[in-house]
Amino acid sequence: MRELKRLGSVAPARSRGAAAALEAAARRGGLLDVAVGSVDSPLGRLLVAVTPRGLVRIAYPGERDVLEELAASVSPRVLESAAATEVVRRELEEYFERKRTSFDLAIDRRLMRPFSRKVLGATARIPFGRVRTYGEIAARVGSPRAARAVGNALGSNPVPIVVPCHRVVRAGGDLGGYGGGTERKARLLELEGALAWTGPEPHLIGAPRE
Amino acid sequence: MVYRFLLVAVGPHEADDCFQETFLAALRAYPRLRNGEALDRWVLRIATRKAIDSHRARGRRAVPTSDIRDGAVDDDPPLDATDPLWEAVRALPAKQRVGVVHRHVLDRSYADVAEAMGTSEEAARANVSEGVRKLREVLR
Repeated sequence: MRELKRLGSVAPARSRGAAAALEAAARRGGLLDVAVGSVDSPLGRLLVAVTPRGLVRIAYPGERDVLEELAASVSPRVLESAAATEVVRRELEEYFERKRTSFDLAIDRRLMRPFSRKVLGATARIPFGRVRTYGEIAARVGSPRAARAVGNALGSNPVPIVVPCHRVVRAGGDLGGYGGGTERKARLLELEGALAWTGPEPHLIGAPRE
Repeated sequence: MVYRFLLVAVGPHEADDCFQETFLAALRAYPRLRNGEALDRWVLRIATRKAIDSHRARGRRAVPTSDIRDGAVDDDPPLDATDPLWEAVRALPAKQRVGVVHRHVLDRSYADVAEAMGTSEEAARANVSEGVRKLREVLR
């Protein structure tokens, strides 16, 4: 029955149109709980996920099981949708082109635990191009000795870049860790003009006081 | 895999609609999916039901091959709607048709074909072999 296989041979290419129509119909029918898309950036291809409440996840390349996690903790109705993720894509592109210094995106905070919400809420108020220390954020959320817990909360930030956890650094000017890798943290701070390479080593401009 | 199944099982004219109905039904029913059940098998089972239903809804009326409109978008690869094989598959009874496609287009085992169709393995074998016999007659 090789002849039958021949009839099916054009299926992969033709299914794209059907998949696009399906995505539109699922959106109309309110069956699309999580829309995912990808955004090319200087830091690699980012995966972005949006729910009806707002941006729920940004993942760097190499993060594993992102879709599985979304399916388990938000909803299994995850579909690729360029249309539903378009606003996020545009704002991120503008940010990387230095045409945007703050994001106007609604954030779906359901992947953040209560303490992380407070920490990330304080972090979201750090202006473009400025940095704060872990200790300063700890003090801001009312737990001045919890600098390490603040670091953990930032490390679990489900929406990096948009909630700028890269703007939180160690006292003394050391960059500290970053979920996407310290190199990406440096790139982001550099893009924002908060990090300069004028000396033998990069240094933070207006480094926070110890 | 689902689209390939539907393309051959219901033909190019109805494949897109069946594809969409299948996945919308799957999205709606998702909360009822049994834990641990493989997703692709489950979706294929829904697609199988849609293919059989679509066949029944249309009835057995003969549709001239020239009426198989190619509902494709512009950049889709061309599809030879005049291929007499489309009509031959179309003329098969629903269960034979989906059985043959599961077995000979997707290369699934008879146990899998039976599971997708919700029949016994013997019934699946019978449907497939009868379908193949009829197709061979037409192709000869």
